[in-house]
Amino acid sequence: MHPPYAVRAMDGRELRGRAAISGLGMSEMGRVYTRDARDFAAEAIRRAVEDAGLRKEQIDGLLVNPGVTPLGAMGGVGLQNDLGLANLRLLASMNVGGATANVMVQYAAMSVIHGLANHVVCVFADAPLRTSAGGGGGAAYAGMGRSVRPSGMAGLYTTFGVFGVNAHYALATRRHMAMYGTTSDQLGVIAVAERAWAQKSPLAEHREAMTLGDYRASRWVVEPLHLLDCCLVSNGGVAVVVSRAEEAADLAQPPAYILGMGQGHPGDFRRKGWDVETETGAPIARERAFSMAGATLADIDVLQLYDCYTYTVLVTLEDYGFCKKGEGGPFVADGKLGPGGSLPTNTGGGQLSGYYMWGMTPLSEGVIQVRGQGGERQVAKHDVVLVTGNGGILDHHSALILGREA
Amino acid sequence: MTTTPLPVPEADDESREFYDGARRHQLMLMRCRSCGAWRLPSRPRCPDCWSTETEWVRASGRGVLHSFGIMHQKLHPAFADRTPYQFAVVELAEGPRIVSQVVGVAEDELRLEMPLQAVFDDVSDDATVVRFGPRRS
Ligand SMILES: [Zn+2]
Repeated sequence: MHPPYAVRAMDGRELRGRAAISGLGMSEMGRVYTRDARDFAAEAIRRAVEDAGLRKEQIDGLLVNPGVTPLGAMGGVGLQNDLGLANLRLLASMNVGGATANVMVQYAAMSVIHGLANHVVCVFADAPLRTSAGGGGGAAYAGMGRSVRPSGMAGLYTTFGVFGVNAHYALATRRHMAMYGTTSDQLGVIAVAERAWAQKSPLAEHREAMTLGDYRASRWVVEPLHLLDCCLVSNGGVAVVVSRAEEAADLAQPPAYILGMGQGHPGDFRRKGWDVETETGAPIARERAFSMAGATLADIDVLQLYDCYTYTVLVTLEDYGFCKKGEGGPFVADGKLGPGGSLPTNTGGGQLSGYYMWGMTPLSEGVIQVRGQGGERQVAKHDVVLVTGNGGILDHHSALILGREA
Repeated sequence: MTTTPLPVPEADDESREFYDGARRHQLMLMRCRSCGAWRLPSRPRCPDCWSTETEWVRASGRGVLHSFGIMHQKLHPAFADRTPYQFAVVELAEGPRIVSQVVGVAEDELRLEMPLQAVFDDVSDDATVVRFGPRRS
């Protein structure tokens, strides 16, 4: 009874491999204090366009994900003007937290496939670190809920001292530990594996050796989270260019074809029956992304999983079905995520040890791996890479399946 | 014990019944007049049926421990001499989850899903904080 269009709309297969990431640009990242977010963004875009072998006149779409510091007027037009982008058919600012990078690429891919634009730049940039005062590193993130004069129901977070993202992920991690027996050491194995990858990456901020003992000895931030369960905070910007597949094939770099795309936003209604801490939007995103790609888990060679915390990696592995719900701890305990392991994950050191560029961290390393440009950390078989994003307190999930061939 | 006062919220229109109820040592929640769903007093519209018709009803004060954390970061002057401290999310018998703190239970005795009961602490002449203590049944 459904009209033909409705049937096709349920599938998504027609989108498989028809768009690609044609360019990748990364500014200097980390403790770099000489630029603001807007200029990090401009620098990342300059490098991404150059990387693709495009001219700025050919860029006709710009999608912008601001971090916690401003990126100019409406997040987009300021950047457009800074870069003299005079041919835009597409311009928007987007924000679903760490899920945004993949989400921007999804809208960009659909736009180039369906003719709304030809080459769409997607950019994230932020400069939360300051040289002087303000608590340094995570000050911009730790401030959440820290109102001087709390009011309303939200004020209860202040009354009970529930400040920052760390506190919320601690609650989620605790719940998984209590329900399934997940241990701190199992989370520590994830941190150690990512550090081992970071040691092979010239882009990574933390390349000093780390053992499980170092993890255990790292100070508590919010129990059950150690310092080494938590991501870095970095200044910098990353941009990608999304183009139609056939055009990308003629550009400067090996295309990272977009085989599958999906999102999942489960909602947190803060009441009985909602297991938001232990069941993310990943299964919803997974279903669509894998059916679009015509792929199974066995096809995935490399994983780039959003890792604001070690726990985010663990729960994402479960929600994709790499192991059963609740078995993430034992699953990772043998070190299979690290170099030489059977499931190479976050091969640039992720956000725990590499660099914290929200969803651009897994996406950029995903592109590098698909292209085969990972140098010492390159995974031998890199035909298909899963890239995930996560935003808010496990509120948003986004997935991309990237392929070396369309 | 510490003398720094806790930062107790000012009531706004949507939370006034809650905070006034706490002063009376009653846990007050919103309930949808249309579909009967309970919610914390936060937003004017029922997320289940989209009705804006609500009533305030005294809740049982019973709940279970949903999760908890121990904060070690010093992020607010009022907590400087309390850190580290425990905070918790309690799932109320009526359904909604509320952020609070568990009292009267040693930290290593805390167990998720343990039964709890609201307790009311008059921290000043015009403010009462709702915490949760152990419940026998
Ligand atoms: Zn209702």
